[in-house]
Amino acid sequence: MTTQIIKNKAIVDDDWLVLRPESDTAPESVAVPEGKVIVPLKVWQAQKESLQQRKAIGVWLASDERPEELKNELSRFQVIAVDFPRFADGRGYSLAFTLRNHLGYAGELRAIGDVLRDQLFYMQRVGFDAFAPRPDRSIEDALKGLSDFSVKYQASWDEKIPLFRRTHRKEKTA
Amino acid sequence: MYRYDQYDQTIVDERIAQFRDQVRRRLDGDLTEEEFRPLRVQNGLYLQLHAYMLRVAIPYGLLDSTKLHKLAHIARTYDRGYGHFSTRQNIQFNWVKLDDAPDMLDELAAVGLHSIQSAGNCIRNITSDQYAGVAADEVIDPRPYAEILRQWSTFHPEFAYLPRKFKIAINGAVDDRAVTAVHDIGLTVVHNEAGEVGFRVMVGGGLGRFPMAASVIRDFLPWQHMTTYSEAILRVYNQYGHREDAYKARLKILVKAIGGARFAKEVEEEWAHLKDGPGTLTVEELQRVSGYFTAPAYETLPAVDTEVEHHLQTNKAFANWLKRNVKPHRVPGYNVVVLSLKKSGVPPGDASAEQMDAAAGMADRFSFGEVRVTHEQNLVLADVRNQDLYEVWQEAKANGLATPNIGLLTDIICCPGRDYCIMPNAKSIPIALAITERFDNLDYLQDIGEIELNLSGCINACAHHHLGHIGIYGVNRDGEEWYQVSLGGSQGNNTAFGETIGPWFSSDQIPAAIERLIEVYLRKRNDEERFIDTVRRLGIEPFSDHVYGIPA
Repeated sequence: MTTQIIKNKAIVDDDWLVLRPESDTAPESVAVPEGKVIVPLKVWQAQKESLQQRKAIGVWLASDERPEELKNELSRFQVIAVDFPRFADGRGYSLAFTLRNHLGYAGELRAIGDVLRDQLFYMQRVGFDAFAPRPDRSIEDALKGLSDFSVKYQASWDEKIPLFRRTHRKEKTA
Repeated sequence: MYRYDQYDQTIVDERIAQFRDQVRRRLDGDLTEEEFRPLRVQNGLYLQLHAYMLRVAIPYGLLDSTKLHKLAHIARTYDRGYGHFSTRQNIQFNWVKLDDAPDMLDELAAVGLHSIQSAGNCIRNITSDQYAGVAADEVIDPRPYAEILRQWSTFHPEFAYLPRKFKIAINGAVDDRAVTAVHDIGLTVVHNEAGEVGFRVMVGGGLGRFPMAASVIRDFLPWQHMTTYSEAILRVYNQYGHREDAYKARLKILVKAIGGARFAKEVEEEWAHLKDGPGTLTVEELQRVSGYFTAPAYETLPAVDTEVEHHLQTNKAFANWLKRNVKPHRVPGYNVVVLSLKKSGVPPGDASAEQMDAAAGMADRFSFGEVRVTHEQNLVLADVRNQDLYEVWQEAKANGLATPNIGLLTDIICCPGRDYCIMPNAKSIPIALAITERFDNLDYLQDIGEIELNLSGCINACAHHHLGHIGIYGVNRDGEEWYQVSLGGSQGNNTAFGETIGPWFSSDQIPAAIERLIEVYLRKRNDEERFIDTVRRLGIEPFSDHVYGIPA
């Protein structure tokens, strides 16, 4: 199945499947289909031996899970996704920043779940480079959210140097 | 005061463009109300009982005359001719139409004002000492640090969807006038033994349903690390703060749950990733920002002005005002003048457009064009010469800004309550007005002396009722409004939360109950003892006994 996502500031086709098993299924019993699948952290941990044989595998973190759990395995994934169960649950921003900045993850980092246009600018700042906007919304519209601001005061993942170190700021003349 | 450069202006302008589009998409139905709500709220726009309310940020309470004239214009053009100054040094307009909001923001941006992050689950407006730069007891001017924090926190991408709102206050004086102990982060600028500048860092303070005083997690943080250390605190909070129950989502609950020491350890571990990194502040940046907060061109003046002394001897009303509303200034011959927004018959903290214009005009002629907003909901002219005091008094009086009640019982700190706000279930303004009316006799008020009365319409404590020497808050039970009274709270260096004196009062019982509390004080006080000191000495029992009619 092909859908569209935003990746590197462009709309692209995507053939990854985000696996969201029923919550009452034990992680070791979850059936992982063939092909490119992004599995929940718990499924990865329970079925690591077989899943790591695959050519392509991705993992997703829930907002209450810790990125440190993937510490020594980051290079095994073609994609890591962070789930936003509600757009107002902001834990995913710190998760993403921690993955990038503290753990050094350099691969695709995808925002999934309740992903909406008006949060995309912040998401790209903390380290997301791929976004799967909610399917009931226009992806073309969502793309516009990436360019809401041209100035950033503070450092984050996208801009390592805060404004005061990047520019020579002078008082505005009257 | 700070003035925007091209970067500051661009950010504010781009936010307005973004918001204008968000409003359009909301009106077109492309955004649901649930999706729109945090976007508008983080731009200061609340849906209240009767209309939208726009809360304009006044960073650390500092205004100039141009800004204040603009606020007057906004009040006249888009509201009903007045605004309400809040306990967080902001101003609220209560009768706003949604489709007017972007135009209001355009007008505000033209003079360097905005409503960014004045509400919502994000880092809110940074508050500070209303007497910063002029206070006689100031150790270090906190304003440059407050401005640096404002910029750092503005649109911080990681901290816009926190578990709950996040408030930072900063104080640089001996006497804490910024209520730092009840903020999520309370910073005090201090010197260490080597004479270097840094901060004592407190976290996890707050009021509301579970009032808590902040815990010190670091005795000295060198100033260069102010923002990286704050970032570490926020990152720990953002990941581990409760999110299910709004009443348990403030940082104070997390700090209480795991303890200050454990929280400090988490912060230090997180900070280890950031310490000395590019977020570290530079001397150049501090100097740049400090350059906006230099002292105005003070004249060399005699400490005493003979004409003022003459008026003082012959004019009792002027003398009263001088005693109550004029505070010491660090420079000889200058004074800090408080313009009271606590006139009898007017909701506490409300100012009409005419009063704002008048205050701005006085600022231009008598106080280097600056005005401050206090968290006690009054305005301040911070640099008034002795020789101008009489004229300032007359002009303030003519504009209803000279009620000589600063620090007295009728200087009530009060939230908007159920007359406007959607949160509380009880009214606060009519109670405040009834108390003010009861204590309208100035000699009586003067005799009672210094006392802080804080009145909130609900448990959320926007009026800081826990900190009131007398605190009142309201609830609604079975369609009736009831009020609880507490005694012995205080803000500042000895922050304390008041103790409830007993059963609830109906709204019409409150003025008499307050009067009875005062009766006990007047009977039992020693010499010059203030109300709060008598309460501390005697405890609440004699007060509650008298209020509830138990014979002594």
